[in-house]
Amino acid sequence: MSKGSFTSALNMPDVPMGKLPDHLEVQRTRVVCKADAPIHTEGIQFSGAYAAVGVDNSNPLDKFKRDFKIDVIRLTKDEMEFDMIGIDAAIANAFRRILISEVPTMTIDKVFMVDNTSPIVDEVLAHRLGLIPLDADPRLFEYMSEHDVPNERNTIVYRLNVSCEKGSPRLTVKSDQLEWLPDGSKLHEVAPSYPGEQQKTYTSFSGSQLEVSRRALGVKHKDITIARLGPGQTIELEAHAVKGIGKVHAKWSPVATAWYRMLPEVILLKEIKGEEAKKLVKKCPVKVFDIEDLGNGEERAVVKSPRACTLCRECLRGESEEQIELRRVRDHFIFTIESASALPPEVLFKEAVEVLHEKCDRVISELS
Amino acid sequence: MDPQQPEPVVYLCGDCGAECPLKSGDVIQCRDCGYRILYKKRTRRIVQYEAR
Repeated sequence: MSKGSFTSALNMPDVPMGKLPDHLEVQRTRVVCKADAPIHTEGIQFSGAYAAVGVDNSNPLDKFKRDFKIDVIRLTKDEMEFDMIGIDAAIANAFRRILISEVPTMTIDKVFMVDNTSPIVDEVLAHRLGLIPLDADPRLFEYMSEHDVPNERNTIVYRLNVSCEKGSPRLTVKSDQLEWLPDGSKLHEVAPSYPGEQQKTYTSFSGSQLEVSRRALGVKHKDITIARLGPGQTIELEAHAVKGIGKVHAKWSPVATAWYRMLPEVILLKEIKGEEAKKLVKKCPVKVFDIEDLGNGEERAVVKSPRACTLCRECLRGESEEQIELRRVRDHFIFTIESASALPPEVLFKEAVEVLHEKCDRVISELS
Repeated sequence: MDPQQPEPVVYLCGDCGAECPLKSGDVIQCRDCGYRILYKKRTRRIVQYEAR
């Protein structure tokens, strides 16, 4: 860039070629949260955005493969927290949205009410049944479309038959009283005209459902209250569960929400000492800051756990506004998945990736 | 079914809740407590609901 004695502004010794100057690098990789509002919220996508300073802003596949990383922070039966590093917000958000609304589950969708003399009305009772998470792997089942006949591959049948005897105390009906019927519906569409007559039921199973699922298909939580019965009251019904997605109704959503936040970064621009440091530590409700003893009776504030920062911006209020900068790392997502279905959260995430994969395949085949 | 002997219809007592089968011509009165208001039972015909 420089010829002879002429020095280009772009080739000054404090700005090495092939690297962005610090302030631009912060703009590219961080969202800075000021006291009133965040700035540089929009990512820089254009591959040639920094061509003038000799910096390549493209993100080719091999670079993405090398830099992309997933760190699992916490994993329990129903909950998972992991860091997804080196990915664009659009794709991280796609996974979140797919988890909530496009990963399938099995859920009660049709209720055949024979008797219900409980104080809870039929419609409300049916709605409550729909919200109960079932312990059935949706990957073993098929979707039921409008003209399909309910069979052992697309419908799970449960029966609820409870009554409270006269003279006994009030009875609470819990979700574990839903009884799985592996051989399909036991209710007849038309009452038999003579005892023992073979009548059409509401399902047409060709065999036992135990061949589809080797495990008994119960409910995920056994202690969900469905209704309470007074003496002499009865509930008798059959509930049919089908495969569906959260986009149609939230009851099919496999997660009790999935969310992410960007990794917080807390920077002390100036050294904060003595009384001011103590004030700062006290200000933060999630204890991001700590005091470091410098010896000779001096103390200064340090950033101890930036990950805990909730971005309340309490530390930016008052005189410390110029001393602290709150940032978020643009391509680092702290992802949390809470499973509310039969599948554990890590399997749900794999399923979400698979859904996005299928969507991409569809786009490719549409274009070719 | 014999048409001369109509099937009794079961009612519920409005006071004690006991079941009370009545035939045509019977006095409308609970056999347990003598209460005179009786209720018809809910039909057992199947009603289908969408769980939404």
